[in-house]
Amino acid sequence: KSPLQTIGEEQTQNPYTELLVLKAHHDIVRFLVQLDDYRFASAGDDGIVVIWNAQTGEKLLELSGHTQKITAIITFPSLESCEEKNQLILTASADRTVWDCDTGRQVQRVSCFQSTVKCLTVLKRLDIWLSGGNDLCVWNRKLDLLCKTSHLSDTGISALVEIPKNCVIAAVGKELIIFRLVAPTEGSLEWEIIEVKRLLDHQDNILSLVNVNDKSFVTGSHVGELIIWDVLDWTMQAYERNFWDPSPQLDTQQEIKLCQKQNDISIHHFTCDEENVFAAVGRGLYVYNLQMKRVIACQKTAHDSNVLHIAKLPNRQLISCSEDGSVRIWELREKQQLTAEPVPTGFFNMWGFGRVNKQASQPVKKQQENATLCSLELIGDLIGHSSSVEMFLYFEDHGLVTCSADHLIILWKNGERESGLRSLKLFQKLEENGDLYLAV
Amino acid sequence: MISAPDVVAFTKEDEYEEEPYNEPALPEEYSVPLFPFASQGANPWSKLSGAKFSRDFILISEFSEQVGPQPLLTIPNDTKVFGTFDLNYFSLRIMSVDYQASFVGHPPGSAYPKLNFVEDSKVVLGDSKEGAFAYVHHLTLYDLEARGFVRPFCMAYISADQHKIMQQFQELSAEFSKASECLKTGNRKAFAGELEKKLKDLDYTRTVLHTETEIQKKANDKGFYSSQAIEKANELASVEKSIIEHQDLLKQIRSYPHRKVKGSDLSSGEIEHTQDQANQAPATSNPDETDDTDLYTCRPAYIPKLIKAKSTKCFDKKLKTLEELCDTEYFTQTLAQLSHIEHMFRGDLCYLLTSQIDRALLKQQHITNFLFEDFVEVDDKMVEKQECVSSQPRQDKLLSRPLEECPIPKVLISVGSYKSSVESVLIKMEQELGDEEYKEVEVTESSSFDPQENLDYLDMDMKGSISSGESIEVLGTEKSTSVLSKSDSQGSLTVPLSPLVVRSKAVSHRTISEDSIEVLSTCPSEALIPDDFKASYPSAINEEESYADNEGAIHFQASISPPELGEAGEGNLENTPPQIDSSCCIGKESDGKLVPFPTPAHTLSDEDGVVSIPPQRYRQKDEGFHVDFAVENTNPSSQDNCEAFPAYELDPSYLLASRDVSKTSLDNYSDTTSYVSSVASTSSDRTPSSAHPVGPSSERHKKRAGQNALKFIRQYPFAHPAIYSLLSGRTLVVLGEDETIVRKLVTALSIFVPNYGRYAKPVKHWVSSPLHIMDFQKWKLIGLQRVASPGSAGTLHALSRYSRYTSILDLDNKTLRCPLYRGTLVPRLADHRTQIKRGSTYYLHVQSMLTQLCSKAFLYTFCHHLHLPAHDKETEELVASRQVSFLRLNLGLVNEDVRVVQYLAELLKLHYMQESPGSSHPMLRFDYVPSFLYKI
Repeated sequence: KSPLQTIGEEQTQNPYTELLVLKAHHDIVRFLVQLDDYRFASAGDDGIVVIWNAQTGEKLLELSGHTQKITAIITFPSLESCEEKNQLILTASADRTVWDCDTGRQVQRVSCFQSTVKCLTVLKRLDIWLSGGNDLCVWNRKLDLLCKTSHLSDTGISALVEIPKNCVIAAVGKELIIFRLVAPTEGSLEWEIIEVKRLLDHQDNILSLVNVNDKSFVTGSHVGELIIWDVLDWTMQAYERNFWDPSPQLDTQQEIKLCQKQNDISIHHFTCDEENVFAAVGRGLYVYNLQMKRVIACQKTAHDSNVLHIAKLPNRQLISCSEDGSVRIWELREKQQLTAEPVPTGFFNMWGFGRVNKQASQPVKKQQENATLCSLELIGDLIGHSSSVEMFLYFEDHGLVTCSADHLIILWKNGERESGLRSLKLFQKLEENGDLYLAV
Repeated sequence: MISAPDVVAFTKEDEYEEEPYNEPALPEEYSVPLFPFASQGANPWSKLSGAKFSRDFILISEFSEQVGPQPLLTIPNDTKVFGTFDLNYFSLRIMSVDYQASFVGHPPGSAYPKLNFVEDSKVVLGDSKEGAFAYVHHLTLYDLEARGFVRPFCMAYISADQHKIMQQFQELSAEFSKASECLKTGNRKAFAGELEKKLKDLDYTRTVLHTETEIQKKANDKGFYSSQAIEKANELASVEKSIIEHQDLLKQIRSYPHRKVKGSDLSSGEIEHTQDQANQAPATSNPDETDDTDLYTCRPAYIPKLIKAKSTKCFDKKLKTLEELCDTEYFTQTLAQLSHIEHMFRGDLCYLLTSQIDRALLKQQHITNFLFEDFVEVDDKMVEKQECVSSQPRQDKLLSRPLEECPIPKVLISVGSYKSSVESVLIKMEQELGDEEYKEVEVTESSSFDPQENLDYLDMDMKGSISSGESIEVLGTEKSTSVLSKSDSQGSLTVPLSPLVVRSKAVSHRTISEDSIEVLSTCPSEALIPDDFKASYPSAINEEESYADNEGAIHFQASISPPELGEAGEGNLENTPPQIDSSCCIGKESDGKLVPFPTPAHTLSDEDGVVSIPPQRYRQKDEGFHVDFAVENTNPSSQDNCEAFPAYELDPSYLLASRDVSKTSLDNYSDTTSYVSSVASTSSDRTPSSAHPVGPSSERHKKRAGQNALKFIRQYPFAHPAIYSLLSGRTLVVLGEDETIVRKLVTALSIFVPNYGRYAKPVKHWVSSPLHIMDFQKWKLIGLQRVASPGSAGTLHALSRYSRYTSILDLDNKTLRCPLYRGTLVPRLADHRTQIKRGSTYYLHVQSMLTQLCSKAFLYTFCHHLHLPAHDKETEELVASRQVSFLRLNLGLVNEDVRVVQYLAELLKLHYMQESPGSSHPMLRFDYVPSFLYKI
């Protein structure tokens, strides 16, 4: 077994000393989406959407209507100009319907899909939303179908991201397809969606697609390719595939083994800040610096099992959750000496075998050594879920919400802060009751 | 309240006191008195030999117009209880003191018989020949067939302890009033029904007679009436009259509630209150008086029958039984109420008093008391009432009296809370008054104690009680109490009333009285107590009581109580435990002989919280007692007590183990064996926990929990960190194969688990499935099954996965895995060398310590400046450091103790802010601290 960094029970930097288990779902909870400062919605395989108060853990609403798993959820915020602030929640389900749910009321139901909607995205600027399945559909707020593409592929669109110039990028299998939306103009009253370009640089299925900043977006594939693209001219800016080195000598038998291990290098999720792209690669975490165009820090076995979701916190902290049921908090630290400690080769030992392994890993190791300038230090782990942690949501004021395949949602809170807040509330209540200054 | 014979005794006693005890005073800590009863082999707390019954019971008697006073039934209805006690004789006694001659019949100036709605009369009387004292509640029930329509009954609470009756008078009276009200309500209903029937009969008879007369009239046209016709006419007239009379009676009985309210306006508050309660009592399972209308309506199914002109002789007919007199429903309810009373007043007086004090104090701590108390919502209305009535004088007293007496007074409402309005009973008041003053002086002077003298004194007592004659002596009346209440010189008595004092007083009192029946006081109606008097009695009575009690035993008090006295300065919280301790040792378990008498004193935690080490002499004594006990235990005479306590308390091997505290190292073995054996014996029906794992704990439950906790503390050297885990909200998992053992320990440890709210404790006695994160949020103490099968891997895996949230006590391997504890709080709470031996004592010790802890948490929670920044610029760190320094310096908490108080404070906050109590479980709070593995 590869060395998994553990931290033990003494975690002085871990602020989460209070937890609240929220139970409403009766199947895997896959999605969490933030509604506003204090509310979030959860959705999962049981087809219900639950809206929670992140502060108190109170269950505010339960939206039920889907008969099958929810495959995508997104909020559709109202336009700034709009008088009434009603936020819509769009959910897509395997029963091929899309809902708009607003404060417990089912707004509308659309069920004219040929395929399961796998992703949803909202173009707030245009006040429209798109659904991606086997084809791409464009909808307006009133849930009228504006236009749609032809059948794209049987696997369907796995990710959808908006880029400037009214374009969207859809990840379809190994391809990235760029569509341009044509809004109705004087000439034509119809919306149009035009396929602009196909990018075929990935060697395997694209699993993740994220906007990095105004200039670029990043894609990650099943075989550990990380490509950074220019947002405007859709050219490749950087290509990183250090995570995987397909050695040509591999015979077929080894290839099978390799395939089994491919999970270990599939890029499941990205998160970015101004400088870095953080990638969840297999069981590890990688920090890719945009300027240096290389991996500056890595934690090859951050978890016992695949990392499913990561997020960057403002204070140089990174949170990751994994199939092993744990959530870990990492801190990105500058390394003092560049080559003081050699990077462990565990990551590569893992999937290589015997003689081949040694040959394969040696050059990579060298490459890695001068690449890591920072380190990811484990500062805490949150153990609560008994099964895979699917996703989490970070609230600045209320802590962390995690959802899991064990049907639970756990609200992790900073115990000290909560204690202080409770004291404040207590004295508020005392004052309200007029008990505070009784003696005076 | 003191009769002439008493006075003789007291003067005798005074002679002893005249020779002051001149020996150089021992340092207080050594002045443990010799156990004065040791040589006699008697149990000072056992019921006095004069009593022929084993414990208190309730007797219902009737003054039958056919056979005179006769006992009807006892509660509990068990011949073992009253034993050889002569119920017939005692019925005669108690029925003969009904001063409230209820007059029913034709009052002068009234045409029709009038029902008198008499108040019940309440009398306390004593019969020292029988060794019985009784609270007697007289009531009259209506019976159409009875002479004057009334049947006098009485319910008597019979106890061997006079002071119990006297001091609990108020409570007894309130409870019996409820029972009586229930009976009377049922009776009125039945009576009204009877009247209806009778009216129908009469109506029918009238019709029949009328027709007959008419027929006769028609048949006889001679113009003059035959004698037969005249007879018929007379008969008819008498029937008419009877109808009118009965109608009037029916009207009267139906108008009862209104009349009652109108008639009692002179003390509206009190009487309405009792009325309320009386009405509430039936309301629980029964239609209330509110539906009076259908209550008094007759049953249509009744077929009227002809009434013979000549009524049968009264001796020929069979009188109605009590059950027939009242509605059956009401009758059973009354019985329920009476057995409730029997339960309520079971046990020793001091036990009752301390539990009342306990309740009263707990009520005051309404913010914190949810944490560790099992809340049984007894109806405390009476207590509340008393409190509000007596609050004014108490306030005064708080100012004028030494601090340590403060908590006691309000509960010691007793003898003086009633008074007699029967002027004829006033007897010998002047003399008593004089004696009182005389004795007062003596008491304040008395400070020494000579055990030998006391023994003599007791000897004499025995003789006295044997040779007592028979006469009725009224001991107390209205005047005596009111006079006494004014003598306030007892303010100088700073010695708190000790249960022992009460007892010894009872002893002395008994022996001296020549007369076997002493009516101590009577009270026809609470309603008659003038308000101003009521307002002043509690303090007065309390003082009177403590004064009177001290007469017999002030020596005891002075020499026994040094620890108490030393303790007294500590204030309310610390002051109550000693009394509770002693009380539970003495009366409640009624095997006080097991416990060396000074034990309670040593259970006290004194100022610095260290349980005091006993003096050498005491320990020797202790061992001696142990032998006594072993003999005692085999004695069949104590067998009747067996059912009252669990087997292990009587298990000599256990006692050996627990008693010999100096050999703790050896204890492991013997303790374990006794542990197992007790498990075996209690596995079947003795564990209420298995049936009601989280129900409100009974006395027995508490006692057993305390006992097992004590055992745990002695057996496991790592008990402290385990208890710390519980107190700081870290879930403790008790892992074991044997369900009984695990359950037992979980029950025992549950006394340390803080509650979330006023509902069941977060304790799960037995789980066999793998634990989940929810369980840690929900439960703070879990009994977990260790399964030998490979399927249990999941259980253990989950346990290790969630190890940061739990402490794991492995009963099979005798290990504990939990964070380090270095505080000072738990060692005080759970000292393995503690001298406490009884489960209930230990339970109360724990409760008192926890109460202290709660008050700290309360202070911490509600200190404004600790939690709010003093000004805008103050950082959170500053506030935090202020909190820490408060906890350390002001509350004197060391290391991990801080965590305990912080956890309790969080619970307090949550509870205070909770809008709907019991709606949700609080969050799981935890710390990232390393755990350690402890082994034996």
